[in-house]
Amino acid sequence: MIGAGRWRSILSHAILMAGVAVIVFPVYLAFVASTHESSAFLSGVAPLWPGSHMAENYALLLDEGISTSGSPPLAPMLLNSLAMALMIAIGKIVISILSAYAIVFFRFPFRLTAFWAIFLTLMLPVEVRIIPTFKVVADLGLLNSYAGLSIPLIASATATFLFRQFFLTIPDELVEAARVDGAGPIRFFIDILLPLSRTNTAALFVILFIYGWNQYLWPLLITTETKYYTIVMGIKRMAAVADADPQWNLVMAAVILAALPPVLVIVFMQGLFVRGLVETEK
Amino acid sequence: MATVTLDMVSKVYPGGVTAVKDVSFDIADGAFCVLVGPSGCGKSTLLRMVAGLEAITAGAVSIGDRVVNDLGPAERDIAMVFQNYALYPHMKVYDNMAYGLRNRGMAKADIDRKVREAAQILELGALLDRKPKALSGGQRQRVAMGRAIVRDPQVFLFDEPLSNLDAKLRGQMRVEIKALQRKLGVTSIYVTHDQLEAMTLADQLVVVNAGRVEQIGAPLDIYDKPASTFVAAFIGAPPMNLLPATMGGAVPAAAATIGFRPEDVEIGHAGEGLQFTAEALAIEPVGAESFIHCRIGDATATLRTHGRSMVAPGETIRFVAPHGRLHWFGGDGKRL
Ligand SMILES: Nc1ncnc2c1ncn2[C@@H]1O[C@H](COP(=O)(O)OP(=O)(O)OP(=O)(O)O)[C@@H](O)[C@H]1O
Ligand SMILES: [Mg+2]
Repeated sequence: MIGAGRWRSILSHAILMAGVAVIVFPVYLAFVASTHESSAFLSGVAPLWPGSHMAENYALLLDEGISTSGSPPLAPMLLNSLAMALMIAIGKIVISILSAYAIVFFRFPFRLTAFWAIFLTLMLPVEVRIIPTFKVVADLGLLNSYAGLSIPLIASATATFLFRQFFLTIPDELVEAARVDGAGPIRFFIDILLPLSRTNTAALFVILFIYGWNQYLWPLLITTETKYYTIVMGIKRMAAVADADPQWNLVMAAVILAALPPVLVIVFMQGLFVRGLVETEK
Repeated sequence: MATVTLDMVSKVYPGGVTAVKDVSFDIADGAFCVLVGPSGCGKSTLLRMVAGLEAITAGAVSIGDRVVNDLGPAERDIAMVFQNYALYPHMKVYDNMAYGLRNRGMAKADIDRKVREAAQILELGALLDRKPKALSGGQRQRVAMGRAIVRDPQVFLFDEPLSNLDAKLRGQMRVEIKALQRKLGVTSIYVTHDQLEAMTLADQLVVVNAGRVEQIGAPLDIYDKPASTFVAAFIGAPPMNLLPATMGGAVPAAAATIGFRPEDVEIGHAGEGLQFTAEALAIEPVGAESFIHCRIGDATATLRTHGRSMVAPGETIRFVAPHGRLHWFGGDGKRL
């Protein structure tokens, strides 16, 4: 920090707090809404202070769901989301760290071609290739399955690219020292590369977990059985009821529940996550 | 411990750069061999071919009586100390040293004994639980040495291991490396472009120039009898003065260049030898001695005197290069 510390500090804190308020207030509103009866919303004015129906609302959602709007209980949907997000995050990391390892440390024919092929998939997120992907998944009989939920989202190059960039910063001498020390390709990968990538992997895991958790369009498309519904698409079903007013208190409770796991992941992995983004340990 | 033999070794990098051309020499068992030469002359390439880190384009490298061309680095029974130490950043000092032994499947107790032994020799005992990041440059250097020692290799390979240290520490480590090598008696190859390191460390000095060996021999023999103008100019600081032969009186027929070392001249005396008259350009007093840079016709030369010099810039000085101390080189740069 340069210059007149005090005012600068007050100003920057004010800006930060304003930013926090802007982000936190809607979350607060959602939480408050989730603690009232559904009749509290009929007036058209959202309540500002917490009500007394919190336990009731959440219990109802988790166990039974809102049968009137065809929404199953929340607990299994949360589990589905968790399964999907974990499979996507872990699957992406495993595949991309291995392919980055191959591309950076091995010389094989068409290495560059392979790299560019992977790189090209960066331009093809699910939304772009959704119809052909749907066709493939359907033909493979993967509709309404966890494999169908996660595998098409695992194939993408972002993480490969990031791992590649990180591997390129590892000095040649380190690789050579390992060779002199008798570490073969697998040893080198497990003993040296993986531990060195620890913080990067953690940061990626957080990002990819949230990416997987937030998937909406794809699960909506390929699941027709309620037992495979995920929470994010479930919320939408609750809000869009046909002939009745949406039960906003329950919708908001679902929103809060849906937002919780990503928050927990960030909180628990925060240390590693931040280090992974700012530190270059070499 | 073993001899190392290079037989007509060449290296052509993909892309066509010939880094090493037909290099042959032997290193005796337990000898300290230093490869010295200017930047880009192929020293590292040579060393890395012995290490097995670089494929050998032509020729053969043998360690002991085994041709090792087709063996990987781990199978050659060598240990290498890298310029940037190449310590594993996520491992403690102890594990850095133990890693190679673990990969060989050595028993835990033996590993522990060896690591502690090496740590004691190198005075690393107190640092075994630290990560490399928490060490000074000199300490990292020691750990890198330790990692080499624990393996009891046939050959030590060093690629400019001291170039990242400050001058004082470098001097200290130089002495330590030499003492350690004596004590362990392991055949060593050491790459440097620092001629002082080369002179002080080597039992056998190999001067490399543009991928070829210029001269091989004991350091002082090379100093006394450089085989070419290149060696003459490279070994010794300040380097040998090289003047066109036309400046000398009674010159051997084929001579193109006369050489004499800065310390071999007698300033102000009129003795036996080649007489020169020069104009002093600059004086560099460094304490125990002084260097006088001077101009002789179109050429320049450096002279060395003990203690302080009484000469001032611009003055004309006379000096003698005694006959026994003169070096003659032919038109191709070779010693006559
Ligand atoms: N991987 C490579 N591919 C192509 N050419 C290379 C490669 N490595 C080195 N060279 C070339 O080979 C020659 C010798 O390189 P080398 O690294 O052996 O030099 P050096 O004597 O160790 O120099 P320095 O003192 O600067 O370390 C140089 O001309 C260099 O450009
Ligand atoms: Mg080099």
